Amino acid sequence: MTDPMMASEAALAEPAAKEQTARPRRRTSYLGKRLGFYLLVTWVAVTLNFFIPRLMPGDPATVMIAQITQRTGQPPNPATVESIRLLFGSPDQSLITQYWGYLGQLIHGDLGLSISQYPVPVADLVMSALPWTLMLVGSATALAFVIGVGLGILVGWRPGRGLDSVVTPLSTVVGVVPYFWVALLAVWIFAVKLRWAPVSGGYAPDATPGFNLPFMASALGYGALPVATIVFSAFGGWVFGQRNMMVTTLSEDYVLLARAKGLPGWTVMLRYAARNALLPSVTNFALAIGGLVGGSLLTEIVFSYPGMGFLLFDAVSNRDYPTMQAVFLLITLTVLLANFLADSLYVLLDPRTREAS
Amino acid sequence: MVLRFLSGWKVRAGLTVFLLFCLLALLGPWFCSSVLHISPTALDVDSVSTPPSAGHLLGTTASGQDVLAQLITGARQSMIAGLVASVLGTSIAVLVGVTAGLAGGVVDSVLTALTNVFLTMPAFALIFVISGYTQGGGPVVIGIIIGIFGWAGGTRALRSQTLSLRNRDFVVAMRMLGESRVRLALVEVLPHLIGWISAMFLGGFVGGVLAEAGLAFLGLSSASTVSWGSMISEAQQGNALLGGMWWWFAPPGLCIALLGASVTLVNFGIDEISNPRLRNARRTLVRRARQAAVKGADSDE
Amino acid sequence: MSDDLLEVRGLTVEYVAEGGSVRACDDVSFTVRRGEILGVAGESGSGKSTLITALTRLERPPAVTTAGQILFRPHGVAEPIDLVPLTEKQLRKHRWRDLAIVMQSAMNALNPVLRLGAQFTDVLRHHDRGLGRAGAERRTEELLSLVGLTAAQARSYPHELSGGTRQRATIALALACGADLVVMDEPTTAVDVVMQRQILANVLRLRDELGFAVVLVTHDLSLLVELADRIAIMYAGKIVEVGTAHDIYHRPSHPYTAGLRASFPPLHAPVERLHGIPGTPPDLRRLPSGCAFHPRCPKRFEPCDSVVPRLSAVGDQEVACHLHSHDRSEVVDA
Repeated sequence: MTDPMMASEAALAEPAAKEQTARPRRRTSYLGKRLGFYLLVTWVAVTLNFFIPRLMPGDPATVMIAQITQRTGQPPNPATVESIRLLFGSPDQSLITQYWGYLGQLIHGDLGLSISQYPVPVADLVMSALPWTLMLVGSATALAFVIGVGLGILVGWRPGRGLDSVVTPLSTVVGVVPYFWVALLAVWIFAVKLRWAPVSGGYAPDATPGFNLPFMASALGYGALPVATIVFSAFGGWVFGQRNMMVTTLSEDYVLLARAKGLPGWTVMLRYAARNALLPSVTNFALAIGGLVGGSLLTEIVFSYPGMGFLLFDAVSNRDYPTMQAVFLLITLTVLLANFLADSLYVLLDPRTREAS
Repeated sequence: MVLRFLSGWKVRAGLTVFLLFCLLALLGPWFCSSVLHISPTALDVDSVSTPPSAGHLLGTTASGQDVLAQLITGARQSMIAGLVASVLGTSIAVLVGVTAGLAGGVVDSVLTALTNVFLTMPAFALIFVISGYTQGGGPVVIGIIIGIFGWAGGTRALRSQTLSLRNRDFVVAMRMLGESRVRLALVEVLPHLIGWISAMFLGGFVGGVLAEAGLAFLGLSSASTVSWGSMISEAQQGNALLGGMWWWFAPPGLCIALLGASVTLVNFGIDEISNPRLRNARRTLVRRARQAAVKGADSDE
Repeated sequence: MSDDLLEVRGLTVEYVAEGGSVRACDDVSFTVRRGEILGVAGESGSGKSTLITALTRLERPPAVTTAGQILFRPHGVAEPIDLVPLTEKQLRKHRWRDLAIVMQSAMNALNPVLRLGAQFTDVLRHHDRGLGRAGAERRTEELLSLVGLTAAQARSYPHELSGGTRQRATIALALACGADLVVMDEPTTAVDVVMQRQILANVLRLRDELGFAVVLVTHDLSLLVELADRIAIMYAGKIVEVGTAHDIYHRPSHPYTAGLRASFPPLHAPVERLHGIPGTPPDLRRLPSGCAFHPRCPKRFEPCDSVVPRLSAVGDQEVACHLHSHDRSEVVDA
């Protein structure tokens, strides 16, 4: 969430919401439409994944086969060669044929074999890394959103007052500090100097991964600092966006009427102003998840955290193309899932998206 | 409007710092070699990993390179990547956003869907993967990749601005007069979007610098060039953290943050002009006026 | 106990800005009797909407009440209360229980994410702590039935209701806590003419039943003539004439009132040629000297561009015009 355009966008999301209210269009189902959109994004991601290695200079497939031969001392068997050709391009087949073969292989869940850890299937590597990233990014995102939006509501309720003049500039400055640099500083201060947290890793070396208390406790302890750094870097954008939405919402008649009704300040702020000002933030939240997940790749690398980011970093360093492709695909799917959750939240919060009678 | 824009302290401070960095990027390498007589690559084997001193104003790296020299020369690489990414990204965003807003109908729907696709996809992961293939590209290559995949951010804003402009009287009138769409876009719409576009450009610039730093940190920039990101990356690999060599890893991050802060300040100024609803009344004035009424009521009793 | 519910004295509202302030309401004085409907008419920009928000102390920066008193005598209160110096917390005790408001656009006045019923029950339960959820819902149904709505509509969201329904609901909402004074800001601009008549007939009937007073602001003078007991005419932030609806319509004293009257079609009379008022309402930042209306006035004479006329009694009416001011009468004769 290092996008300084966020604020202006949040301000713009509001007239769009008004458009909706003015003309209650007949909509089949809001979520159904979104689902269709996500299918489109999935298709684009899959297709990009197909074309990127084929558009690159050189022939990644040949390079890979050579790599495997070098690593194992013998050429890979014909089935593996065919799979590599399907995923990364073959000089003998037309692009269309290749594309269909590629889709077929993906549908069967075959992501190929890792090059750097040959012959471990990429799917296995990805599946063991995914839960770590989900936990890390999930908890960090939720925390950053709650803290950022909460602060934004408070600050935007009384714009120009003391809290606003401190929090708002601070939150925007935080957004332009490089993510990984913050993480490095945090490691230096909290892990090296103060020794409050471990320097790197996802869990204590003596714990056995699984559903047991020592492991989960150590995972929590190891995760605290990475989560804190993501929250620190991400919350500022929410503060700013939510603040501006609050300021805009405060001039709405329904907020004025709530005040005229003599309702206590908290009720007016939360039930009338914030409930409405929250809607664009939820939309922006959905849009920002992609950026957050991308940013967390860096955090994982700083902390050697055993998630997708670290896996991707490893794969890129070792030119392990199958793993690179699979990680990107999985990250995209995760982002889309998170988007869908945000959309569902939006439907819960805004009655106008539900079927009108 | 330009005068009003320049009158705020935020804009002035931001612009000053930003222009200083531009100067650094332009003249930095010459300044290093001709004025300071330091080199970013020369190895001073007598002083390795030393804290700031008279000989090395910002200390040295683990291999004895001068940190200050690296910092100054690194500015150029970081800012070239930011500039390329921003020019490309803003151009695509303007093209897509304004076209969508002006054309409406099917074109609008397709372009909006395209924007949302790029917005939803984890762009950084994608940039990472592509850089993995093009390993070792210079700042221009990295800037291009960032620009191609990072344009979607401001496009929605531009589209809705164009949409609202399209329905204003003067644009409607021009359309009735049979003005061509391209001319309409260039003459009537774009000038009104200058505020938004420049804010986007500056935002994209910082985004580009940050993304380049991220990629360099991951070791995906060319090994022969020094950028702020690669400095942080080398510092981490050189165990600057565990060794407490703050002079190595702190300055490049601070430079990026300072550059970003300067741009944010300028954007504040732009935002205040293009989004008047966010401006709030001067509180002191309101309070003073209010006190008069309350006091008046007291004396009347 | 006095018959006056509300007495406004010298109310001045300014929009403060660095380059100097603008007076949207300038030295406004009038009274509202219990159970009376006072209409306030004027062109847009005459300060009538500002007056409404200032009366209810809902003005928001940069609008600030800088002078004057709003003396309010709600039921059960012996001494009049001046609303101007009260803090938000002190005001909250009077809001809705004594003083309610109906806003111009019901679409924007209702919270889009809350069901209609919830917007009734929150205010009902806040002002009557003993009222349970079921009691509040029952009371909501009663209120809605007053304006011809059903309990089912309480379960709707605002966007599911038609414009007329929404506006009737906001009127019912204003009556929720038995306020003595209901302030209405152009309550019927957003609905069609048929609905407009229905709503206003409803307001009249409810006023007769419940006995609340109304201050109703509109640019539509003919509507006020039908509805209001007395009418105040505003021009450039000042009240230029106050009188009974009958007098204002049949014997307008101020040239502006006469012009305003002539620019609306009479309701029950053959259609005549309408005469608008020449010129445009003045820019409040650069008011003409003397009487603000003088550049547009067909009857202007020597003192009009230099001396500001004061509101003074002429028979049963009050007028601020040199044509009717006594100390200037010799000038008129000469």
